[in-house]
Amino acid sequence: MNRDVSTRKRISTRTLLLWGLAVTLVLAGVVSFYASGHPDGLEFVAEKLGFDSTAAGHAGGDSPVADYGVRGVENSRLSGGLAGLIGVLLVGIVMTGLVALLRRRTPAKRD
Amino acid sequence: MPDGFLDATTSLATAATAVAGVGLSLRGARRELSDFAAPLAGLVAVFVFAAQMLNFPVGAGTSGHLLGGTLAAVLVGPATATLCLTVVLLIQALAFADGGLSALGTNVTLMALVGVWAGYAVFLLARRVLPRRVASVPVAAAVGAFVSVPAAALTFTGLYAVGGAAPIDLSSLATAMLGWHSLIGLGEAAITFLAVGAITATRPDLVHGARALAGVQDLEIREGVRA
Repeated sequence: MNRDVSTRKRISTRTLLLWGLAVTLVLAGVVSFYASGHPDGLEFVAEKLGFDSTAAGHAGGDSPVADYGVRGVENSRLSGGLAGLIGVLLVGIVMTGLVALLRRRTPAKRD
Repeated sequence: MPDGFLDATTSLATAATAVAGVGLSLRGARRELSDFAAPLAGLVAVFVFAAQMLNFPVGAGTSGHLLGGTLAAVLVGPATATLCLTVVLLIQALAFADGGLSALGTNVTLMALVGVWAGYAVFLLARRVLPRRVASVPVAAAVGAFVSVPAAALTFTGLYAVGGAAPIDLSSLATAMLGWHSLIGLGEAAITFLAVGAITATRPDLVHGARALAGVQDLEIREGVRA
């Protein structure tokens, strides 16, 4: 184990971001297929205590990627993987845009 | 959380809380988004989105997934983390029909506000107790992450007590929510430890929660040399 990080050669920000993005794409596009299909903590508790029945259907249920599947794609592995990648793209665009907007309105200052 | 769990009044109140919290975070994030921290914010948001898809089994027929609030707060700062989580929840609700639209304010309040700020507060406390080393940062982040999940679950229980749609026994709700979400918190802690550990090991100067310990001066010199 390397304990002293300061003496090690640091990777560039670009390399770090590309690695992070690669891991993220694999998680969303491939690993997501193997996610547990069991209800999550809240859904489970709601079922057990019997208040899940008040849950309403989703108003956005007819979205082309509703419930993490691309409508029209039969293969569930492909459908779910594509939906994951589309989600990463959407989140990435919105967050990057927001950050750019926030930074443009801020005078450049270094601290 | 889907629509229909909480009544309209409570949903309106959490929506107002969410708007106020996100508004304050928009101001706070400007201070956090320094030149070298900005690119990480986009990565953190997409990573949290991807990780939230990955339900891990927690035991008898239930599962959990990362909330990611503490992970994001330690990496990019709590205000920016609130924005990251809000964007993730927004896309989940609007595009993927995951999380109700009238429940969006509640989901933002629980995960983007409570999950982020409770986790970050515990992280700061843990970091103060641990040795002043960069290696302490992932450990403190894991402690914050662990606490953040039951904190969000307990907040949900409180909201349900005020405006729950079904008459259920609140103490059994609190017990069940806390019990399961403490287990899920262990998963949250493990993933947060690994993710924060990976980045602090390579570029501690990029990590918001490690910058105070990481000797940022190194980076200033390095940038100067390159230019």
